[in-house]
Amino acid sequence: MTEKTFIAGFGGQGVISLGQMWVYCAMKEGLIVSFFPFYGAEKRGGIARASVIVSEEEIASPIVAKADTVVIMSQDSVEIAEEKCAQGGTILLNSSLVKTDPNRPDAKILHIPCNEIAEKIGDGRIANMVMMGALSQTTGAVKLDHADEILKTFFPPSKHGLIPMNIKAIEAGKQACLSCE
Amino acid sequence: MSKEIRLMKGNEAIGEAAIRAGCASYFGYPITPQNELTAYMAANMLPAGRIFIQAESEVSAINMVYGAAATGVRAMTSSSSPGISLKQEGISYLCGADLPAVVVNVARAGPGLGGITPAQGDYFQSTRGGGHGDYHTIVLAPKGVQEAADLTFEAFELSDKYKIPVLVLADGLIGQMMESVVLPDPVDMAALPRKPWAVGHQARDKRGVNHVSSMNLDPATLEKANLKREAHYDMVKKELCRYEEMQVEDADLVIVAYGTSARVSMSAVQAGRAKGLKIGLFRPITLWPFPYERIAALAEKEGRKFLSVEMSMGQMVEDVRLAVNGRAPVAHYGRTGGMIHNEEEVLAAAERMLNA
Amino acid sequence: MELLYGHPKSLVSIQSKYCPGCGHGVIHRLITEVIDEMGLQERSIITNPVGCSIWAEYYFDFDSVQPAHGRTPAAATGIKRNLKDHLVICYQGDGDLAAIGTAEIIHAANRGEKFTTIFVNNAIYGMTGGQMAPTTLVGQYATTSPRGRDPGEAGMGYPIKVCELLSSLGGTRYLARGAVNNPVNIKKTKKMIRTAFEAQMRGEGFTMVEILSQCPTNWKLSPPESIDWLEKNMIPFYPLGEIKNTLSTAAAPAGAGN
Repeated sequence: MTEKTFIAGFGGQGVISLGQMWVYCAMKEGLIVSFFPFYGAEKRGGIARASVIVSEEEIASPIVAKADTVVIMSQDSVEIAEEKCAQGGTILLNSSLVKTDPNRPDAKILHIPCNEIAEKIGDGRIANMVMMGALSQTTGAVKLDHADEILKTFFPPSKHGLIPMNIKAIEAGKQACLSCE
Repeated sequence: MSKEIRLMKGNEAIGEAAIRAGCASYFGYPITPQNELTAYMAANMLPAGRIFIQAESEVSAINMVYGAAATGVRAMTSSSSPGISLKQEGISYLCGADLPAVVVNVARAGPGLGGITPAQGDYFQSTRGGGHGDYHTIVLAPKGVQEAADLTFEAFELSDKYKIPVLVLADGLIGQMMESVVLPDPVDMAALPRKPWAVGHQARDKRGVNHVSSMNLDPATLEKANLKREAHYDMVKKELCRYEEMQVEDADLVIVAYGTSARVSMSAVQAGRAKGLKIGLFRPITLWPFPYERIAALAEKEGRKFLSVEMSMGQMVEDVRLAVNGRAPVAHYGRTGGMIHNEEEVLAAAERMLNA
Repeated sequence: MELLYGHPKSLVSIQSKYCPGCGHGVIHRLITEVIDEMGLQERSIITNPVGCSIWAEYYFDFDSVQPAHGRTPAAATGIKRNLKDHLVICYQGDGDLAAIGTAEIIHAANRGEKFTTIFVNNAIYGMTGGQMAPTTLVGQYATTSPRGRDPGEAGMGYPIKVCELLSSLGGTRYLARGAVNNPVNIKKTKKMIRTAFEAQMRGEGFTMVEILSQCPTNWKLSPPESIDWLEKNMIPFYPLGEIKNTLSTAAAPAGAGN
């Protein structure tokens, strides 16, 4: 199993931390991982993107040329991200902020209203965790069944209070993905 | 007990590996894309009672390394391409004085100020000496975070063993990328062998006076010193050449690539093999000494071609040509300016060459 | 019978390469006398710069390190930080310190590096054959200022007063200027060196002794003339004495405590 993911969104949406947490959880589940962030030359307001690979085998190129799954967190990253999707791959859209579908009739497109779900849980900033749940659900690459234990080693103790809310977001993301599949 | 697996950025893994290797002094100057390394050393060297200085320039940092290395401790600096250019005078002095030291280059795109994204345009500078005079540094080229940590750790051992500065040539991708890494066990610094040539502690070591210098104004003695160093280099060439091969045995086309380019080329080889193409990968791990002999042996196979894949306009390809010595076709493929080729582009280049 | 005066133990007894009348020899002697008096021969390290004093390793009978031109304070930083209980002497000429190595000296001084710089100012480049130094006086002749240093039309800049330049930096604790053109000045200079070395061994901060020194060969003067020239031309521009002293041993400034 090798799951290559390309994630894009605007700076501040937690694209980088989504990618990092995804590979961290994958590593804790025994997979080999790589995470390569890329910021546009424009440091502020630019599009943040990351090449993320989790695999049972040694990872060759850490650069995702064709992604099994593309995650699009914002409208302005659609253009950059849509072409990264492999033929017949999956595109996860944050439908709270992305209003037009990518021009990829071959791809399976799943609409996850990440910001709305996150706000319902209590904090719009965990929209990226909602998306991580959806990514887990649709790919099955990283199970996130014991995410609470894993996040305890990811976050410093001072932030452990935030873990229950993150877990709620992940679970809600999984559910949202199930219901649109 | 199984070892802890950690998720780390290449820059941080290099820093931690250096600390575990017993690096007593680190001197650096900020430059992207290696800033996490300097910050990691600042955060971790001082609390451990070791020496960290943010120098006023790369020039100053390498000369602080020179002074520290002269006292016999393990010393290191790091930078990225333009900063490494500035360090070349100091590296030449280190070589002239036969001092061990570790220099890390998290390379970016040039020439000039260039850009901040990954590139491999520093191959000539790294393998041809870079500064003035007859000398070499050992050059190690990691392909990912794990190897960046392992080779940085080993760089200190090799540098002490051979009394030659070791350059770890990474690039912006390896520095910025996160991968899982198992770190080497820390060395016991107190147990490291004393260096009888170092300055300081004269009374403790009950020795005569030591002078650390690269100066030799008499041409006859300087020639002798250079010849002696050259003989030493010959020994290192015999002992140290290191490389990795992937599916080269039956390959009609051998891709030669190091570092990030090798990782991308691995994917291209996998994709090519899936299409039934006989392609393989030869990855030099030591860029100096360069594995000329092994490539020459690979060139013996009838009809085999070589493609040097580099994030540059073609620099290592000259070494591949030297190794092949006219016995097989050699070409170069690569992107430059901080653009990184993907496996589809590399595979397309390989197919073009196979069909040519 | 008590020996009152002899050859310093730390100074190798060979004939030096220095020209007749050159100040380096006297300065070497002062340094080694102080080292002997302090019993530090086996705990001293000198960095010998690019310039006439590049052969310092032949003369000083203790460890030495020879760094790149101008990088002497950076190398001395690397040495002293690792050998805190050693006496580290950063020996620099005016080209090494005040031209090519300006960044290094300013930042080493500002960090309060705990070595002592011996700054030999002879207002000319000696080893390369009499070129203009940053400390060359206005109007002074050099091969690269053949009609005299001209800060105006020719844009050759002004002589740099290094002690005064460094005195504003927080890391500097002792900055003094001496000269070796006559016995009185030599005695005073030795005292400055002793003060600086003692402060270093107490770990107090950056210390430097600037020493005005003769270069008869490149000044195109006889040794006696050069002694006179230094007195009449250099000292009026580069005043002797302590330019800054904030050491724990410093006398309270006049009027303090009132």
